[in-house]
Amino acid sequence: MNEKIPLKKIHELMVKSRVLEERLIKIYKSGEGFFWIGGPGQEAFDVCLGLQLKKGRGNQFDWFHGHYRSTPVLVAMGMEMIEGVRMMKNLATDRSSHGRNFCNHYGFPEWNVAPISSPIEVQYSIAIGTAWAQRAEKTQGITVVTGGDAGTAEGDFASCLVWSSRPGSELPLLILVEDNRWGISTAAETQHGDKHIADRGKAFGMKTMIVDGNNAEESWNAIAEAVDYVRTKRKPLLLQANVSRLYGHSSASGASFVTNETDPIKILEDQLMKEKILTEKQIKAIWEKFQESSMNALNLARTEPQPTAESVWDYVYAGNENADWRKF
Amino acid sequence: MANMAQAIRMALHYGESHLGLKDIFGEDVGPPLGGVFTATQGLTTTWNSPLDERGIIGMGIGIAMTGRRCVAEIQFCDYIFNTIDLLKIAGNTCWATYGQFPIPLVVMTPVGSGIRGSIYHSHSFDSWATRLPGWKMVMPSNPLDAYGLMLAALKDQNPVLYMKPKALLRVKGEELIPGEPSDEKELRSMIDAPLGDRSQWKPQWPDLKEYVVPIGKGKRLREGQNGTVVTWGRMVPLTLQAAQSLETQGISFDVIDLRSLYPYDWSMIKESVMKTKRVLFINEDTEVTNFGEHLLRRSIEELFYHLEARPRVLAGKHLPGIGLNPVLEDNSVPQLHDIIHELKELASEVP
Repeated sequence: MNEKIPLKKIHELMVKSRVLEERLIKIYKSGEGFFWIGGPGQEAFDVCLGLQLKKGRGNQFDWFHGHYRSTPVLVAMGMEMIEGVRMMKNLATDRSSHGRNFCNHYGFPEWNVAPISSPIEVQYSIAIGTAWAQRAEKTQGITVVTGGDAGTAEGDFASCLVWSSRPGSELPLLILVEDNRWGISTAAETQHGDKHIADRGKAFGMKTMIVDGNNAEESWNAIAEAVDYVRTKRKPLLLQANVSRLYGHSSASGASFVTNETDPIKILEDQLMKEKILTEKQIKAIWEKFQESSMNALNLARTEPQPTAESVWDYVYAGNENADWRKF
Repeated sequence: MANMAQAIRMALHYGESHLGLKDIFGEDVGPPLGGVFTATQGLTTTWNSPLDERGIIGMGIGIAMTGRRCVAEIQFCDYIFNTIDLLKIAGNTCWATYGQFPIPLVVMTPVGSGIRGSIYHSHSFDSWATRLPGWKMVMPSNPLDAYGLMLAALKDQNPVLYMKPKALLRVKGEELIPGEPSDEKELRSMIDAPLGDRSQWKPQWPDLKEYVVPIGKGKRLREGQNGTVVTWGRMVPLTLQAAQSLETQGISFDVIDLRSLYPYDWSMIKESVMKTKRVLFINEDTEVTNFGEHLLRRSIEELFYHLEARPRVLAGKHLPGIGLNPVLEDNSVPQLHDIIHELKELASEVP
């Protein structure tokens, strides 16, 4: 084991994220929420990413443009379970959207976490803007954008490659693709003739990498190398992480655990036990701790208010300027 | 007097020097061309983008998200349609995040017909735009308003769509922009790039002053008794011409240049219609689900018992495009004779 990689911490955050997602699924299945979509299966790669971002507000810090499977990144950055539960229950206390958006569509300005929206891949064409601002202001911050493999068919992904690699105007942009080989029910091999998505970066003279995103150590090292490259060279890098999708696409496809894909937490736990870093009993205690936390979060959320009817007009415009034509 | 393209250029210069404007970008926006209508010539923060409208809007959203001021241009509104979902995101991000992520982005784009632009250089976008909640949208009809509305857009914390009526971009104003030299030749020599090699050229900007046209405020351009006409953009000078010609026949109209489509100046419309008791809304976008229909609906719902004639909309025909042949274009969007006809009908209807 590499001593510099905080595997125990990574494991704990992976479990925390998984338990949160499983709690959100239960909330959906019990009728307390409307829709679930999330990131079980991406914990190894995403937690390692979240721990290596330079977190803060402003262009000197890193910008993160995630998607609806990025929950483990946010958990690793310090998001508490209650935030996920509030959003799942579309409560007024949901600080990302005040009950307006789907679960796991977070946005945290204090951490430069750009708001996640449902349209596939638009984050890739928006991320070039934050990276441009960081380049123009000569900060040390970088922009990190991530999405799935199916969405790389969208034009926004091509936009991202083109705009980030303009000669003389290269952007400090880490372009990630978390490849789970699925687009809802459509298998990647039926739609994509390219062998590796990462290869597309080569046409733009871009450094590219491919990593087993289910292996925490390999993910940690790949992200460290990629982040360092983008931060110091101020150039884009395309990194493809091969990951799992452990509960299907969303609640629309049942949100049940699939047994034929690799579970990154299981892999890491086997390693931690083999290397005598954690015992089975200790691992069980970690799971139980977060199970209890997730129930506490749900019980707290159950006491919190719904948005009010009159709040629908709030913040159509910045500063809550009136946007209702009836009042013009 | 400056023309509208020069006025926009001066407003952007004022933005660069006084309002923190840091990036003006789009296809051919930077040197050497300075925009296909020269509205971005000689500015210091302009740069050319790839030929990618989605990238332009995405870039603008991302820049604005950081709080940095930018203006993104779509070269013709005919090419903005593949960015609709990004425009939607620009408009809904503040709301979707309960005010946490305002998007102070200005997108400018030439709109409308009148330059024999055929199917893909003659579109209007005003009615499409008004279906994008969260945006503000403005359309000047003269250089002074073009200057004042751009300054307002650059100060706003929300996404603002700044629509440039392309047929009016070369039309000179009748009022000086504050700081503009009164001799138009002098202005041209100061801020218009020379033909040929421009690599060593630098503009000499006049000492421009702040002049803001508040978003949401219309302007009453003529006073009359026989009806109210509400219009914007390219239809404004045509409507003024029509109203002037009818005044010699003893028929007079209030003519309102709405200037801002959303938010819009309902109090000005309402006050005028309650006085004249007749109203016509004119614009050149296609007529089905036209923004004028919203204003007409509101007129019916709120002013029905004040009306002495049917309220009307005169707009472009519901056609897939504007044909190149002048006969086709002139029979697709309202022309002077159409406006005169509608005004006469409005004024002469007996309840």
